[in-house]
Amino acid sequence: MSEKSIGRPSPILLGIGVAYVAVLILLPMGMVFVEAFRRGPAEYLDIFAHSDTWSAIRLTLLVAAIAVPLNAVFGVAAAWAVTKFDFPGKGLLLTLIDLPFSVSPVISGLVWVLLFGASGWLAGPMTSANVQILFAVPGLVLATLFITLPFVARELIPLMQEQGADEEEAAITLGAGGFRTFFMVTLPNIKWALLYGVLLCNARAMGEFGAVSVVSGHIRGQTNTLPLHVEILYNEYNFVGAFATATILAGLAIVTLVIKSGLEWRFAGELSASRRH
Amino acid sequence: MSIAVSSPPRRRSTRLLPGFRLSLGFTVIYLSLIVLIPLTALILRPWELGVAGVWGVVTSPRVVAALKLSFGASAIAAAINAVMGLIVAWVLVRMQFPGRRLLDAIIDLPFALPTAVAGIALTALYAPNGPIGLWLAEFGIRAAYSPLGVVIALTFVGFPFVVRAVQPVLEDLDAGLEEAAFTLGANSWQRTWMVVLPAIRPALITGVSLAFARAVGEYGSVIFIAGNLPLRTEIAPLLIVVRLEEYDYAGAAAVGLAMLSLSFLILLAVNGLQRLMATPGAGR
Repeated sequence: MSEKSIGRPSPILLGIGVAYVAVLILLPMGMVFVEAFRRGPAEYLDIFAHSDTWSAIRLTLLVAAIAVPLNAVFGVAAAWAVTKFDFPGKGLLLTLIDLPFSVSPVISGLVWVLLFGASGWLAGPMTSANVQILFAVPGLVLATLFITLPFVARELIPLMQEQGADEEEAAITLGAGGFRTFFMVTLPNIKWALLYGVLLCNARAMGEFGAVSVVSGHIRGQTNTLPLHVEILYNEYNFVGAFATATILAGLAIVTLVIKSGLEWRFAGELSASRRH
Repeated sequence: MSIAVSSPPRRRSTRLLPGFRLSLGFTVIYLSLIVLIPLTALILRPWELGVAGVWGVVTSPRVVAALKLSFGASAIAAAINAVMGLIVAWVLVRMQFPGRRLLDAIIDLPFALPTAVAGIALTALYAPNGPIGLWLAEFGIRAAYSPLGVVIALTFVGFPFVVRAVQPVLEDLDAGLEEAAFTLGANSWQRTWMVVLPAIRPALITGVSLAFARAVGEYGSVIFIAGNLPLRTEIAPLLIVVRLEEYDYAGAAAVGLAMLSLSFLILLAVNGLQRLMATPGAGR
């Protein structure tokens, strides 16, 4: 055995690994498109003739357009506070930021029902103010905010920790203001990691199912996001329609992965250490 | 500015930069509104039923069966992913082959693919008339609409966690250690078990815990393939949805709280175990 082969796995392992990934991940992915085109392209394209499909697309885009920027701003603020300053309770804060990742999507929706539902704590004030939270856009946004909260913060915190505060301190010392320092010094340093976090946050926001399912009320054409629309079509035994709608989401996933891989290869040094493959 | 510049060096990194109050204040308020206050509702509302009432809910046969299925299937899926994730991470880090980057990118598909899409796709594949389902039926195995279907879906969603946790640690692993072991006469199995595995064990445990936690709460990819028969193939998150549809908010919250508490206890146990294994001499 030559020295070079030490720690080199055998080709059998490669075969096992590739076969596993193919069966576990690629086959289901392929199945989406096979089922969508089972009755030919005409039937596939039929979903785009339905107004329900378009209202689901519009609602999905709307919810993501509200939730993703909010969580991006949160991520930047949280990363700034956590990485540029020392304060007691930082560990607890980091744990709380990560918390939504370990909470079931259904629970992420349930908590809003407990607050705003028929016997919810805030049901009274909301009814008297005539504000509809559940079974409406605000509820969908809140559930999405909860579930996607950690994405941007988690990308930025390790990176800004590595970068330290020297450059910002130099800028401040030279007389730059706080916001000028952020936009001229910090932002250029973190822009690719920020984009990376926003990308993952967006994919989850548009694809989220469990959390929005609980708060949506499933009103066709009104409170159905794309994933919820897939479920409705599927439960109506409209399999071609369900899988055809699913191809839109599968396409989103593929585009996300392509951009993500591109960012990892092109800007490896500017993403946090764990993203440099 | 002059005050900041003349301040002693030790305090430089802590307070020289502006925006401490603004960023921390915003972070805490936002986190409270979006995460803490809603979760407080989850923690407090079950007790509307009284202690005996909560106990009655979480020990009812249907809830116990759902929790057993969710946690049991998640544990099996996590165990499968521990082995397969390790193999795939190993192959990705240690081998050069055409399509390596493609394989690397595909690993993340379960993260990126919406769970409802994964759910219907897995069902189409493993249903009795689906391509794999037909094949399994020849051996008398029923995959979809059975607990096995739940395990398959949970294996799918958890897989990337293990690979992504182990991969960076394997990359940073000092090849000199393995070479030293080789020089000392260790064969490849000994090198893997006694040199590589102890080094990546913390990362492996982290990845498996993440996969497990994700699987316990998973909903979208499971409900289509599970069949959702109460007492048999009904997962705990689905039972929460069922309770909500019956307007039994406190009951739904009680099941949710039981899930979170169990997950938390398991996480504590894993952390304790990890600390125990990290103590010198205990790892042998």
